[in-house]
Amino acid sequence: MDIRRRNNVTVTGNPQGRAVVLAHGFGCDQNMWRLTVPALAEDHRVVLFDYVGSGASDLSAFREDRYASLEGYARDVVEVCEALDLRDAVFVGHSVSAMVGVLAAAAAPERIGALVMVAPSPRYIDDEDYRGGFSAEDIDELLDSLESNYLGWSAAMAPMIMGNPERPELGDELTRSFCATDPDMARVFARTTFLSDSRDDLRTVAVPTLVLECAQDLIAPREVGAFVHRAIPGSELVTLDATGHCPQLSAPEATNAAITGFLAGSR
Amino acid sequence: MCRTGHRPDPHEPERGDTSDTAFAALLEDSAEELYESAPCGYLSTLMDGTVAKVNTTLLNWLGLERTAVVGRKRFTDLLTVGGRLYHETHLSPLLRMHGEINGIALEIRRPGGGRMPVLVSGAVKYGSTGEPLLTRLTVFDARERRAYEEELLRSRKAAEESARQARADRARLQDALAVLQQSLLPATLPPVPGVDTAAHYHTASPDRLGGDFYDVFPLDGTRFAFFLGDVCGKGPQAAALTSLTRYTLRAAALHDPDPVSALSTLNTVLHERYTGGDPRYCTAIFGVLDPDPVTGRVAVRLASGGHPPALVVRADGQADFLATPGGLLVGVLPDPHFTAAATTLGPGDNLLLYTDGLTEARTGEDRTALYGDQALRDFCAHRAGEPAPALVLALTGLLDELGEGLDDDTALLAFGVPTRPAPGPATKNPS
Repeated sequence: MDIRRRNNVTVTGNPQGRAVVLAHGFGCDQNMWRLTVPALAEDHRVVLFDYVGSGASDLSAFREDRYASLEGYARDVVEVCEALDLRDAVFVGHSVSAMVGVLAAAAAPERIGALVMVAPSPRYIDDEDYRGGFSAEDIDELLDSLESNYLGWSAAMAPMIMGNPERPELGDELTRSFCATDPDMARVFARTTFLSDSRDDLRTVAVPTLVLECAQDLIAPREVGAFVHRAIPGSELVTLDATGHCPQLSAPEATNAAITGFLAGSR
Repeated sequence: MCRTGHRPDPHEPERGDTSDTAFAALLEDSAEELYESAPCGYLSTLMDGTVAKVNTTLLNWLGLERTAVVGRKRFTDLLTVGGRLYHETHLSPLLRMHGEINGIALEIRRPGGGRMPVLVSGAVKYGSTGEPLLTRLTVFDARERRAYEEELLRSRKAAEESARQARADRARLQDALAVLQQSLLPATLPPVPGVDTAAHYHTASPDRLGGDFYDVFPLDGTRFAFFLGDVCGKGPQAAALTSLTRYTLRAAALHDPDPVSALSTLNTVLHERYTGGDPRYCTAIFGVLDPDPVTGRVAVRLASGGHPPALVVRADGQADFLATPGGLLVGVLPDPHFTAAATTLGPGDNLLLYTDGLTEARTGEDRTALYGDQALRDFCAHRAGEPAPALVLALTGLLDELGEGLDDDTALLAFGVPTRPAPGPATKNPS
């Protein structure tokens, strides 16, 4: 199987530089990193991909049983690393991908040498003393939300109106399918994302790790960021003055500065 | 718009002065008034989501005071939790990347824990240097539309469920049919010492329940009985008749292997079983193979009840039908006459039994001609001397070539005497 084709792998940047793998979270695809890539490209070999079931991946490779657990997504990561024969790469995972990176680093320690966790949460649902921020009913509601936007998928996919005249690099053709994918696969990804409990996996992290959280994030509140930081000994925590769950889009300069600073220090 | 009874119709040409008055009243409907009382909600937020401006329509839907919203709440605060998650994972990145969103389905929270389905569109306003300044959102009441969509989704789920059920039922039915089908035809032919055997069955019915049948089975230490036939009709009823026919012939042959006796017994059973409003019958050839281990030759005795004659293909290229004239259909009359015939097969000779699906296959450009006995005889004569399995394989290829012209079930059964006698009793079983 051609993994590069299956996961729509894009390699850019400096071929001599240390590899940085940028992994999107639930909802959208590798275009989430459009504003991050330029900051890394000069010194790093930048690898982008879409998980199977997202973006421009090969949807025919989707298997519900495989992607019903985060391990399935972690296998995508390991297989992409193997296909490119990456060694000691830095894995930057947004949202649920931060936890996917933890699993992938444990599965292939020779390939992943550092982690950047952007707005991570090891568990979204409250559990006794643990505050994830959501109840099980809330997650059911999100699944309903996905369902009721079933008819909206085509609208989201439709030619993306003028785009953004100030940012011509966000070309239509690159972002046409942004945030739109097969509703059944999105549902599987949503369930896997929001119903998983990866708190115990945090203890397995044995590589330099940066935890990047936003000051105001509904999905991964600061309590959760602090939990992740505490659970990974030696990790570095940076709180970005940003609102929302996607600092790489809402505060790209600060996000890029935190990542490049960490990369310079973890050499 | 509200017009009271005494107001004139503005389109009335004679009353130009009063229509000007009506338009003037409309023009007094200021931009501010249009914004506040528009039939949709308006909302402007800073880039961090904080509400900067909101219209009265939306405040009324939310049941909130302006002072409690402007500068105090974010757009996501107005949504249900599921909507917030959707906003953060889809809508917000889309707005950042494209500067626009269209018709996203969300729910806003209403006083007292209620919720209201809405459709949200939005556009980012940029400053002169391209920096995003604020997001403008319009919020449409989608209660009616959502109810309709939910109805559609419910129907879709119901349809998917029925389709799933139908697939399961079909699979179960096919399993049952496969078991039944196996009871109608032998899975493999038994090895007959000193004889090559081969068979092929082509079914024209999609449920694979055919109306043709054949079988080969041992009678005693040396002799084997065989039969091949065609019941009237197709599908499950034909299959039931086939089953009765097959097991009757097998039992009859063990009782009395004389070919005419076996067919007579079958006739009695079918006639008794199907007397009345549902007459059913079949055509069949029944016969006995009697190999002579000393000479290697095989004596064949057979009888036919209304079935197309067997074809004897000699090693030297001679091919002739083994005539069984006058044999009647099996099961129609209480006391019919069946015709017997006999031949002996030497090394390289083949005996072919077939059903009329083959000879009555339609051929030619317009599919009006029939394949016919003569063509079959020529086809086989051309392959004289080939082993029985090779002959059946060639005929299978012919059936494929006939394609859509072959619209009936077709059964083929061939026996041949090998030109070099097989060593010992472990004769190869070609099927």
